[in-house]
Amino acid sequence: MATVTLTKLTKRYGTVGIVHGIDLDIADREFIALVGPSGCGKSTTLRMIAGLEEISAGSIEIGGRVVNDLPPRSRNISMVFQSYALYPHMTVRENLGFSLKIAGAAKEDMERRVAEASAILGLDTLLDRRPSQLSGGQRQRVAMGRAIVRDPDVFLFDEPLSNLDAKLRTQMRTEIKKLHAKVQSTVIYVTHDQVEAMTLADRIVIMRDGHIEQVGTPDEVFRRPATRFVAGFIGSPPMNLHEATIDDGQMVFASGERLPLPGQFKANVATGDKVVFGLRPDDIYPTGHGISSGGAADVHQIELPITVTEPLGNETLVFVEFNGTDWVTRMLNPRPLRPGERVAMSLDMSQAHLFATETGKTLRS
Amino acid sequence: MDENSSARLKRRLLGVVYRIGLFLAMLTICLPGLWIVISSLRPTVEIMAKPPVWIPQEISFDAYVAMFSGIGKGGIPVIEYFRNSLIISVTSTVIAVAIGMAGGYAFARYRFRGKSSVFLGLMLTRTVPGIALSLPLFFLYVRLGIIDTHFGLILAYVALNVPFTIWLIDGFFRQVPKDLAEAAQIDGCTRWQAFWQVEFPLAGPGIASAAIFAFLTCWNEFALASQLTRSVSAKTLPVGLLDYTAEFTIDWRGMCALAVVMIIPALTLTYIVQKHLVGGLTSGAVKG
Repeated sequence: MATVTLTKLTKRYGTVGIVHGIDLDIADREFIALVGPSGCGKSTTLRMIAGLEEISAGSIEIGGRVVNDLPPRSRNISMVFQSYALYPHMTVRENLGFSLKIAGAAKEDMERRVAEASAILGLDTLLDRRPSQLSGGQRQRVAMGRAIVRDPDVFLFDEPLSNLDAKLRTQMRTEIKKLHAKVQSTVIYVTHDQVEAMTLADRIVIMRDGHIEQVGTPDEVFRRPATRFVAGFIGSPPMNLHEATIDDGQMVFASGERLPLPGQFKANVATGDKVVFGLRPDDIYPTGHGISSGGAADVHQIELPITVTEPLGNETLVFVEFNGTDWVTRMLNPRPLRPGERVAMSLDMSQAHLFATETGKTLRS
Repeated sequence: MDENSSARLKRRLLGVVYRIGLFLAMLTICLPGLWIVISSLRPTVEIMAKPPVWIPQEISFDAYVAMFSGIGKGGIPVIEYFRNSLIISVTSTVIAVAIGMAGGYAFARYRFRGKSSVFLGLMLTRTVPGIALSLPLFFLYVRLGIIDTHFGLILAYVALNVPFTIWLIDGFFRQVPKDLAEAAQIDGCTRWQAFWQVEFPLAGPGIASAAIFAFLTCWNEFALASQLTRSVSAKTLPVGLLDYTAEFTIDWRGMCALAVVMIIPALTLTYIVQKHLVGGLTSGAVKG
């Protein structure tokens, strides 16, 4: 069990920078998710921690020990690959015990630890099979078992669920969470799926173009996104974002439509400022059909035309036209709606977000 | 006749046609080999007869007996030739495969400057016909004093085979996912251990097939060997075939018998190794 500290960690290929000096402190036994779109440097960061990728500058500490130039085997980590990377010429038992064999462990010790890991993951009946005889979910489990057997300081997961189908992914997500509760070790988990990050992690690191945009608990990054990028990335369906100009306590949109400036931002903006206004689908709803159902003090009423509805059973996603584009809104206890119909919408401005257009940073104080 | 039974009949007929076609194709491929075996067992008169005698009238192992009877009794130093062939082929195959593994691995796994030009260069050496090299090599070897030696032929064969083994083994290493070696390194292996424990066993069938190809090339090579060897101490079996030619006659039966002696080890080796040439060993390593 160990802390992990990244200091000014940098990766360059020639003149092309991939990771630009990131700093990150990971506590002992913490489950941290690195999330971001493809090419944001999250996998490269993980591979640098693993020792599979040389670092160009900065330093990596695992358990207080600088491991910058140590080979992967000396870092006491284990890693679950996106492709599982099981050894095809070995049985499940041999796959699980491979690291112990290399370390020269005693036979009894090896058998005991393989048995422990296979018991945790329910692999007992599969031990004599080869990877080619296993289903995707089983392979995934063997890959995790191989990681557990090593009893590492840090677990590294590189998009472990992205090759599974949707149902299995949900199932394995729960298993990973249970596993973390059982083995209680530091986990660094790379994913491009924000749902995985939100459901699994203690803290989420959102990366973009080799920089860290925000580090925070799932609740923090959802409720208080630090940048426009984070606001758009976290949450499904994504936050509605529109550029506007401040004019005398109001936001003026490109189409000329106006909305009142949310109270919490009034002190931080002045007339003429260019801003990006954001509101989550949960905070816009046909009046009487929302989470807060018009109870909050700062609710703005506006009538908007419906373009499309997507019924999901317990709720309906309603697309309304605002400022020339579609706004996604969420209607609870749905009632039938027709496209083209104009409905009264409630905008919960107390939940609104405002970002500076130029820097993309939040205007929340 | 209804639709189903006519479709069934058609399928059966196609099956029969397919088998006949396959038989004819296999017959064409096997016929020269068969003809050599038959010719080694019958008198020259019958071999040279016009129109050809398809079914041998008289079978005898005289040619084989004569071959081993020693010089002066129609024999040739077949044991020596066999030994030379074996030493030269095995040694050059081992060296070519070792270099091929190192080179193939480098081409499959590493990025370096001039990689594609070096690779292309290696392939271009294959475009030069072996016979065109024989005269320059002859002069060079005479100067170096390695003419008519095992070493000289081994050197030539290694050079001949290395581009091919590199190319073949490169392809097989490319099929072994990179993740596996990385996983092995994380599991505690050094780079070297990861190679021997994981990548080598998985590329094994490919390396074995490269070895067979290299071995057969050396075993059967005639053009270079006939120029670069002179004496019993270095001549290989294919060159030994020439011992059956005299000024006015060619002992076709003896030549065919020696050819059979040459084919047997090559055939046995291929048979043994081909069992290990099972593909798809890497399936299941990664999602695919």
